[in-house]
Amino acid sequence: MTVGLFIPCYVDQFYPNAAIATLELLEKLGVNVVYPSRQTCCGQPMANSGFEHLTKESNNQFIENFRDFDYIVAPSGSCVLHMKEHLHSGKYPNETEAMRGKVYELIEFLTDILKVDKLKARFPHKVGLHQSCHGQRGLKLAQMSELVAPAFSKPEQLLSMVEGLELIELTRKDECCGFGGTFCVAEEAVSVKMGKDRVMDHLQHEAAYITGADMSCLMHMEGILRRQKSSVKVVHIAEILNAQEI
Amino acid sequence: MKETKDHAALAEVFNADEPRVNWHDETLWFIRQKRDKAAHTVADWELLRETASQIKHNVLSNLHDYLLQFEANAKANGIIVHWAADAAEHNRIVHAILQKHKVDRMVKSKSMLTEECHLNEYLEENGIEVIDSDLGERIVQMAKEPPSHIVLPCIHKKKEEIGDLFHEHLGTPAGMADPQVLTEAARQHLRETFLTRRAALTGVNFAVAETGEFVICTNEGNADMGAHLADVHIACMGIEKIIPKREHLGVFLRLLARSATGQPITTYSSHFKKPREGHELHLVLVDNGRSIQLGREDFRNSLKCIRCGACMNTCPVYRRSGGHSYHTAVAGPIGAILAPNLDMKKNADLPFASTLCGSCSNVCPVKIDIHDQLYKWRQVIVKEGYADTKKTLGMKAMTQAFASPATFQLAGKAGRWFMRNVPFAVNNKLNPWYKQREMPAPPKESFGEWYLKNRKKRDE
Amino acid sequence: MSSRDSILAAVARNQPERIPLPEIPAFFTEEADVLEKFTTVAVSIGSRVFRVQSLEEVKQVLLEEHSGARRIVSAFPEFAAVAETTIAPGIDPHTLADLDLAVLPAQLGVAENGALWVTDAQLPLRVLPFICQHLALVVPQKNIVPLMQQAYEVIGAQEYGFGTFVAGPSKTADIEQSLVLGAHGARTLSVFLLE
Repeated sequence: MTVGLFIPCYVDQFYPNAAIATLELLEKLGVNVVYPSRQTCCGQPMANSGFEHLTKESNNQFIENFRDFDYIVAPSGSCVLHMKEHLHSGKYPNETEAMRGKVYELIEFLTDILKVDKLKARFPHKVGLHQSCHGQRGLKLAQMSELVAPAFSKPEQLLSMVEGLELIELTRKDECCGFGGTFCVAEEAVSVKMGKDRVMDHLQHEAAYITGADMSCLMHMEGILRRQKSSVKVVHIAEILNAQEI
Repeated sequence: MKETKDHAALAEVFNADEPRVNWHDETLWFIRQKRDKAAHTVADWELLRETASQIKHNVLSNLHDYLLQFEANAKANGIIVHWAADAAEHNRIVHAILQKHKVDRMVKSKSMLTEECHLNEYLEENGIEVIDSDLGERIVQMAKEPPSHIVLPCIHKKKEEIGDLFHEHLGTPAGMADPQVLTEAARQHLRETFLTRRAALTGVNFAVAETGEFVICTNEGNADMGAHLADVHIACMGIEKIIPKREHLGVFLRLLARSATGQPITTYSSHFKKPREGHELHLVLVDNGRSIQLGREDFRNSLKCIRCGACMNTCPVYRRSGGHSYHTAVAGPIGAILAPNLDMKKNADLPFASTLCGSCSNVCPVKIDIHDQLYKWRQVIVKEGYADTKKTLGMKAMTQAFASPATFQLAGKAGRWFMRNVPFAVNNKLNPWYKQREMPAPPKESFGEWYLKNRKKRDE
Repeated sequence: MSSRDSILAAVARNQPERIPLPEIPAFFTEEADVLEKFTTVAVSIGSRVFRVQSLEEVKQVLLEEHSGARRIVSAFPEFAAVAETTIAPGIDPHTLADLDLAVLPAQLGVAENGALWVTDAQLPLRVLPFICQHLALVVPQKNIVPLMQQAYEVIGAQEYGFGTFVAGPSKTADIEQSLVLGAHGARTLSVFLLE
């Protein structure tokens, strides 16, 4: 099995450790991983701003970069959901459906395809899990609180395999953090207020780390934590699942 | 409220008082929690939602015939049926009925349709006094404000502010802010109103094609007090309020109040089938853009809405920006997908007032794909040229930059390319990101660079 | 073209292809005792619930609960000694403005939400259950159904000019979500489950 690794543009530029952890984790689990070097962006920032029509190039590039792989895996629920829902191409009309079907967010790839049931990882800290909306409600990585349906959580399932990790409870377990792509600057006041409230929930429950499957939410919350001079850190879930901390 | 400000600007004003934002957020979240509790008492809640959604789907696909069937049955029941193509015609029809009966004072119960049509202003300009009888609506009427929520019109007001309004308008003691005492004062004031008004206007929650009856749901009993005491009852409804059969009420009434306030049902669910002996019952069917929305394939599902307000209570943006920031009669997520149909230019900002978190679509009792429609409205609004120029230029530049992997990869030190090309990544005071958030610290190397050094040999 | 015709034409033009009406599934009903369920829910929404064996018992409870009531109207002839039992349908509803207590029969009750169904077959005047300060509804125990679905099965094609489900006393939470009983309608609702 060969997996094409898709690394969101901002993760590549600002959070290489999340990408490295994703790569190493998959390799440890015996997967052959290739990172096509000509990748840039999934097009979501444009599309969510109403400019889906400008994403033709990024869509074509994505297909050209990744069509030959068995699976495409990305450490980002948001980018993956965008691909699954909106990938289209006039140039490769027959390939989009197959592409949409083989794009996976890292967590669901671990639980649903690799069916991981144990991990050699240690992270002896109090951790708060931030459910990104696109991961949770979009990709159904966990049951959302809105529905009257049985509970499940793929990220929690994996985090429970990590030695020493203590997962904290949250008062609002799946409220949006307010990042929202360009929303974070277009609606700055509300975006920041949402982020502050989300961070506060984790702080009140004494998290030392806030983790999640979407680095964009974490980037937003990190910006707020650092402005507040908080010692609480954000860390991508791949880094925890790959952690060997003693 | 200044019409020229968009949602973001109005929301910024709302956020100037953070403790108040916290209070507003907590109050609405409390209602969301009550909704959750109520939904969980119904084991097959999701089946109920699905059934309601399918019934509404059928309604939209057969609306023409249902309207005719409803009209015929309502007329046979003795109801006088009117048709209004738009808000102006609706207002003229109501005014004409009042003139015919020489009525210059009317009592009204909650009707978001009349808010949409600005009926109160129209009637007041024509010398007719209107008193809103829903407590929340009466409060915002005293404050000369529009409702900020379709179910909880004065949810943005603190009890002390309501106490001040009542002191001024109803003569309650200065400083009195006890909800019990204020509600009693309103009861006395409005009872006098109910007993003296000869015309009552109400909204409609459901209209049954099969029987020609319509149903009004209230907790206060104000619609019934108005309608059963007045000589003339005028009920106004959007054409999408039709349901096919009486038995379908057994689906919708299970969903409405649980979704709205967490109650198992509203106190009163009143079925009006015939006028009272010797009195007139008028029903105004209003289009006002609904038939256009019906023709928009991507957006027609918005017409399934039963106006429960659950999407507002759950919306993290609504809770932190307040209903008035949406500058339209129906606020929140549902308002943001309805309003562009009526005036795309004026409401171009609303579909962007969301993080697309998707909570709205999943609390919606009729399963409207609200957040997907917000996404789709964004595409339409940009294509129709209503996006602001700065944003358009930014997006084009960003697209250009992403279109060339070479530029992206070879821009040098990690973070630099990103900061130059992505609108929110500029590290200065003018950057809205930086105003209240730190920028991520650029690492020594990007992942791409790391990969070249550490894994290149295995690649391609 | 009239507005009616232009609206109908636009609707016909714009409505999507016909989608069939779904079958209404048999929704889940609890095994639990419906009277117990009805009582629990009705009390939770502010009603007072009494299980009684006769109208005489209803009268005793009400006269005790509402000893200060000056004007009582009832649709039950059995209340003739203490209430007006012959309200003519033609009278001006405004004359009921000073009504303290109305005692009326309800056709059926719904366990899932504590609502009771009343139509103008039980109401000499539509305003009666709303304008009174206090309302009492008497329903046979055998007429309590589990869900709204069954309620509408019983109602069926029943003919009425006006019918209403009443669930608890009139209420509002419009001021800061503080629940206040007694908005514009009855301040209290007493429900009598008659054996």
